[in-house]
Amino acid sequence: MKKLGEKLLKKKFIMSFISIFFVILLILLGISLAFKNSSSNNITLNVYNWGEYIADGTDGTLNVNEEFTKQTGIRINYSTFQSNEALYAKMQSGGTKYDVIIPSDYMISKMINQGMLRELNYNNIPNFSFIDDTFKNSNYDPENKYSVPYTFGTVGIFYNKKMVQENEDSISFNILWDKKYTGKILMFDNPRDAFAIAQIRLGLSVNSDNVNDWYRSAEELKKQKPLVQSYVMDQIFDKMGNNEAAIAPYYSGDAPLLMKRNPDIGFVIPKDGTTKFVDAMCIPKDSEHPEAAEAYINFMCRPDIAIENIKYIGYSSPESIVKENLDPEVKNSKICYPDEETLNNAQTFTSLTNEINSLIDDLWVSVKTDGDNNNPFALVLVILMFVLLYLLAVIYQKKKS
Amino acid sequence: MKLKPSAIYIIWMTLFTLIPMALVLYFAFTNPMGKFTLDNIINVGRYSSIFLKSIWLGALSTIICLLIGYPLAYMISKVNTKYQNIMVMLIMLPMWMNFLLRTYAWMTILENNGIINNILSSIGIAPLSLINTSGAVVLGMVYNFLPYMILPIYSIIVKIDKKIIEAAQDLGAGKRKVFSKILLPLSIPGIISGITMVFVPAVSTFIISKMLGGGSNILIGDLIEMQFLGNSYNPHLGSAISLVLMILILISIGIMNRFDRSSINEDYMSHH
Repeated sequence: MKKLGEKLLKKKFIMSFISIFFVILLILLGISLAFKNSSSNNITLNVYNWGEYIADGTDGTLNVNEEFTKQTGIRINYSTFQSNEALYAKMQSGGTKYDVIIPSDYMISKMINQGMLRELNYNNIPNFSFIDDTFKNSNYDPENKYSVPYTFGTVGIFYNKKMVQENEDSISFNILWDKKYTGKILMFDNPRDAFAIAQIRLGLSVNSDNVNDWYRSAEELKKQKPLVQSYVMDQIFDKMGNNEAAIAPYYSGDAPLLMKRNPDIGFVIPKDGTTKFVDAMCIPKDSEHPEAAEAYINFMCRPDIAIENIKYIGYSSPESIVKENLDPEVKNSKICYPDEETLNNAQTFTSLTNEINSLIDDLWVSVKTDGDNNNPFALVLVILMFVLLYLLAVIYQKKKS
Repeated sequence: MKLKPSAIYIIWMTLFTLIPMALVLYFAFTNPMGKFTLDNIINVGRYSSIFLKSIWLGALSTIICLLIGYPLAYMISKVNTKYQNIMVMLIMLPMWMNFLLRTYAWMTILENNGIINNILSSIGIAPLSLINTSGAVVLGMVYNFLPYMILPIYSIIVKIDKKIIEAAQDLGAGKRKVFSKILLPLSIPGIISGITMVFVPAVSTFIISKMLGGGSNILIGDLIEMQFLGNSYNPHLGSAISLVLMILILISIGIMNRFDRSSINEDYMSHH
């Protein structure tokens, strides 16, 4: 009798717990709906940008998003991504509708090809006139209908002056294949950038649609593999900073930070060819507030705002007026603002076909697993072995009982 | 409206297990146009060396975890009960720290200019190349997953009735015999769940191989990540790889459970 009562009590407890849970859920839902209604005349823009890629009020900079809200009354819902691919995957999976996104060149052309971007109304973006002509009508957006450049940078070579004998002028991507530095070389852990270096050495286009070009570059990377200490991305900060490695290709925007951390480190942009990237602001096709988004893009192009952002980010600005207003040491630095020859010799990524993209991933895996025996039947064999083991266990058990 | 407690289970399982599983199945057997295809599954075969390497490294770290974890768990169970809780807590302590941070710390220990090599070179031994090897990956796995081996074994061993061991000793069994005939068979359920709890995350890990393996020790986890966040967005191949991995894990759990059951049967018979 007592047990039954206990059971009933328990049931009652669980039931009340569940109902309380649902009541709270409903209340929260109601509050959030009411909140949304009350602010319906107030637009909120969803902005999706790279991490640490906007002045946010730290280090004495302006909080750009707050300033925009102050001036226009439009609120900003700001979130960040880590790579173009993560941005793409997020947009493909849906869920959130973004109003402003800031992808890089090749991702912009991929999104244009797939009809994911909205044509901009440049009448609402008068500050577009501040963008230098060299950054307009680039090959990723040939008619410049979809994007407004935000920052640019190049790929160069970080080297430790104490470990590398060559002087700065003679350093090119060939040094990454120099046997002298075996085990001291870091390489991009990102197929597109890694292949680009091999392609530049071979004198190929980084956007080649010829399958053989990619196979040839993969062969180069396989030749390089025994010399490579490790394939890394942001870990180069630690590995170069701690003198763990001597040479590493990476993005120019990270040069000031790394050189400050370890004064032995130099940075050189190969004159005879490298890759240049542009990150530009775009509006996705399903944006709900395109006009507010254009106002935001216009705001970001305003020289005084752009200066704040560039100071914080460390990459280079596509606006001459911004460059002129920076500290002389930054303005005249060849790292941030390379000479025309270097920029002209630099290639920009555009999007590749799906076939080439899958090929790159395959070749990249084959570079990394070079030397391993890759027999497709091995996997079948392993699965069969597992099943066999299972059956043996069953038989063993039956025999025992 | 009456909501049974089991309804919560069903809702939870449907939302977070059945629907995701169905999605994985759907993606694994379709092409980007949404048509049925077996190509994805067949293409998984091209990565068999990566599968073999992952299984091998996963199995190796599971065995090492068992060899380290079992004696440790046994020792803790022998200590005065007062201190046992503290000792178990100390085993769990590193797990309160972020997983990435723990692995990152190993990077600075193993590097060529790292702590170990600094000590070695100061006593005149040539620096060893420790990081960026598959050994470093195994070390990372053992360090990160060891608590999952110790805890289930410990909780089984403390529950073993002391009287059984005393009875065996009274009947003249030596230390070795007590271990092989009493302690080991009775702790098998703990060993089984320990092995499963270490092997499954070890075989599918991805960040350890990236940080300690130098990027050239690709494991299945890295391969799956590459399909979703790599150069080409290919959730179909990614799902197919996950599916094959899941089947492998399922079979190995099946094998483990067989051993578990046979040990329980033995117990049952020996008690009667």
